Amino acid sequence: MSTRVPVTITVNGKVRTAEVEPRLLLVHFLRENLGLTGTHVGCDTSQCGACTIMVDGQSAKSCTIFAVQADGCNLQTIEGLAPEGGLHAMQEGFWEEHGLQCGYCTPGMIMSGVDLLNENPNPSEAEIRKGIDGNFCRCTGYQHIVKAIQYAAKKG
Amino acid sequence: MTSIADRPTLPKLIGERVKRREDPRLIQGRATYVDDLKVAGMLHLAFKRSDIAHGKIRSIDIAAAAAMPGVELVITGAQLAEFLAPMPIGTPFPSPAHYAVATDTVRYQGEPVAVVVASDRYLARDAADAIEVEFDPLPAVINLEQAMTGQPTVIHADFPNNLAVPYVPGGTGVDAVAGTVDNTAIDKAFADAEIVISQRMMNHRLAPSAMEPRGVLAHFEPGKEQMTIWSSTQNPHILKTFIAAMTGLSETQVRAIAPEVGGGFGAKINIYGEEYAAAALSKKLGVPLKWVEDRSEAFQATIHGRDILCYIDVAARRDGKVLGLKLKLIADIGAYNMLLTAAIPTLTMLMLNGTYDIPAVRAELTEVFTNKTPTDAYRGAGRPEAAYFVERAMDMLARELGMDPADVRKKNFIQPSQFPYATQMGAVYDSGDYEKALNLALKNANWDGLKAERDRARSEGRLVGLGLAFYVEVCGLGPSASLPTGGWEHAGVTIERGGKITATTGSSPHGQGNETTFAQMLADQFSIPMSDVTILHGDTGVVKQGIGTFGSRSQAVGGTVLMLAGDKVKKKMAKFAAAMMDANENDLVFENGMISVKGSPGTGKSFAEVASYAYVPVPLPAGLEPGLSDEAFWEPENNTYPFGCHIAMLEIDRETGEPKLLKLVAVDDCGTVINPMIVEGQVHGGLAQGIGQAMIEEVVYDEDGQLITGSFMDYAIPRATDFPWFEMDKTVTPTPVNPLGAKGVGEAGTLGSTPCIVNAAVDALSGFGVKHIDMMLRPEKLWNIINGGTA
Repeated sequence: MSTRVPVTITVNGKVRTAEVEPRLLLVHFLRENLGLTGTHVGCDTSQCGACTIMVDGQSAKSCTIFAVQADGCNLQTIEGLAPEGGLHAMQEGFWEEHGLQCGYCTPGMIMSGVDLLNENPNPSEAEIRKGIDGNFCRCTGYQHIVKAIQYAAKKG
Repeated sequence: MTSIADRPTLPKLIGERVKRREDPRLIQGRATYVDDLKVAGMLHLAFKRSDIAHGKIRSIDIAAAAAMPGVELVITGAQLAEFLAPMPIGTPFPSPAHYAVATDTVRYQGEPVAVVVASDRYLARDAADAIEVEFDPLPAVINLEQAMTGQPTVIHADFPNNLAVPYVPGGTGVDAVAGTVDNTAIDKAFADAEIVISQRMMNHRLAPSAMEPRGVLAHFEPGKEQMTIWSSTQNPHILKTFIAAMTGLSETQVRAIAPEVGGGFGAKINIYGEEYAAAALSKKLGVPLKWVEDRSEAFQATIHGRDILCYIDVAARRDGKVLGLKLKLIADIGAYNMLLTAAIPTLTMLMLNGTYDIPAVRAELTEVFTNKTPTDAYRGAGRPEAAYFVERAMDMLARELGMDPADVRKKNFIQPSQFPYATQMGAVYDSGDYEKALNLALKNANWDGLKAERDRARSEGRLVGLGLAFYVEVCGLGPSASLPTGGWEHAGVTIERGGKITATTGSSPHGQGNETTFAQMLADQFSIPMSDVTILHGDTGVVKQGIGTFGSRSQAVGGTVLMLAGDKVKKKMAKFAAAMMDANENDLVFENGMISVKGSPGTGKSFAEVASYAYVPVPLPAGLEPGLSDEAFWEPENNTYPFGCHIAMLEIDRETGEPKLLKLVAVDDCGTVINPMIVEGQVHGGLAQGIGQAMIEEVVYDEDGQLITGSFMDYAIPRATDFPWFEMDKTVTPTPVNPLGAKGVGEAGTLGSTPCIVNAAVDALSGFGVKHIDMMLRPEKLWNIINGGTA
């Protein structure tokens, strides 16, 4: 536990260096070390997707990655999705279409939605449902989330 | 002075689809949940939990854990019990002692046995894992009906045969006060019956699974002698009261804060052992202590829901008229009573009349301890169970008589002219027009067309079924006679000097969007822009009093009291305006941010001007105190009874037995709607949880009491791919119980969805002679039926 490993990780455009325990989960590095608490922990088995972030441009569950594995990576979290004071189209979609209630799954859900549109800019309803299949929401029944992603897709 | 002509006309907001003001912080990751909080000097808790379901604690070796650098304290349940009493409950039923941390016996897998305080979360977990506990195992009581006979053992010495609540009768002929039971009417119903349907049904156990696990941060400040406790709770004021009582502090010394709360679904009504332990240990050590549940712990140690067995007998005529219902309810409540545990099945009892005018309804309720996680309120809390039992039975009757399920319901509906309607079970339904909602659902679903579609699919060999269910639920909880904490709600309204409004509400939303709906209401009430209204909640240091958010009560009770508090301030403001304008206060109107004499627009004072005057009242009008701030308490005289109709179409794969939901049509009536977008979202969420119960969710224990479904790998939370597009509509039958006419909607979706889906599954497999299938609809169960076996 006492062995610490140096890491250099770019998070939302800023280079961060730290010495971390090898077992430190990336999600805890973000939340505890960097204070980026928008990324949430909803389970301990990589099922729920509340911790979804972008790692080198691809969505990933940050509770399944050790911080040391992200050494040298370029991360984007919900806090860095849009320029300060602005909203990403996906965030706008969630607001417009009531794609959230308690908001706990929302940051991860938004990141998955962004990743989905990166790969498929014009998804069908079924493709959207499949695309967020790795993210749980217990509040919305997903219908308004589907609409939120459709909104973002339409906006381009 | 601005004239009215310069002002844009403000839209009426009640009833409008207004975007939520909660969302900007949530979609940007800027909201603050309990786990996001840090207080200087904060240490972390971890709980060592029992890995067996039932046993005596022989020994606990804490030496290795206590010796770890960074570990401040390791304390066993017995040591903690020296300064922390057994946990209180909120029901009047006798209850065994339940300590926050077990003292000598564990009674469910996951019950805590020791607590670690350490400098770091990972370290606290390491230390908890290093605690060695030896048990003398006892037989696990898992099978409900065996448990009632005291087999294989008795869990609590003072509760013979494991009966937590033994045989409570209710309904027709039962006089609870006199303690007498008259069987004349129910016996006549069954004697007159041309047909009797009997069925055993299980409404199985669920894990509420809010996406944010529970969490608490307790901070006792020595010297100041004040406790601040942040908790992921639905009711901070109740938390304050209970934490004060349990830590020996007065309520004036405790401030409870529900920060952003990531869903509750009833599970966060309770005050849990971890909260009491955190508060008591923070007081003892004088340091802030944080604990956040992990998901595995949530499955074991956050309350479960449902788990009620029912034997139902329906007496009817061959024309479909129901003459009587007899039900035996047996609730598996798990190892202990939590806050409302024993009361939840009584809500099932209360709602057994369904939406029907039935001459005799008799029920009997038994609650039974088992070596499982305690049950308590989970979305719907007793009412979905009632709707499920009654609506399955109505469907069985329709099938037996060869009637359309819609016609059987119409034959028995309570008619609009019969409201208020006193049921056989003791409820007084406030208002309803059931046939209207049913007809709308049939129309929206194209019921006859669906039947033709189903028949066509069947002729092709596909197993397609249609199901319909009609529900009524009890919402808007109060009055105080029905809630141990009090059935009222509180609100405060302050008009600030600049003319903006700060309002407080004792409702404590955690996803329901009341910051938005309440601001819509006040903006309309004062005719000012919604952006001028701020709604504060969730902090007992800011919100003077409150009960909280559960039982679909926020809008009906919290909304009403907010309006009443607003009325008080509005009247006073009119007096100031009248003094300024030398007018009669009764002649004034609030319009577009102006207060003016009716019929003389442009002559008035702006809202801000009047507010400013009220705070520097020179001269002070006779009989008035300065300032514009008031509060109100209010409780309803009765509950509200929303209702609705859900229709499902479902197909079962003949090869694999896998069911797929093809269509879901919902018509819900929650009375007056403040924000249709939010109401729709509430119904969606309820549907998702009801469909989850019917199709894929089930808490499973093995015979030794090991929780088999201990993570999201084994317990199936519905995913986006599990649902079709929900087809939504509403009827509006306002309640006379409150001046808003709002009934409540948070739980509605869970009521109609389970029976309509099981009804559809039975319909799909009716060709195999099946009459009932217990939830959840496991493919293997359905496959067995298809292949000649039983459900």
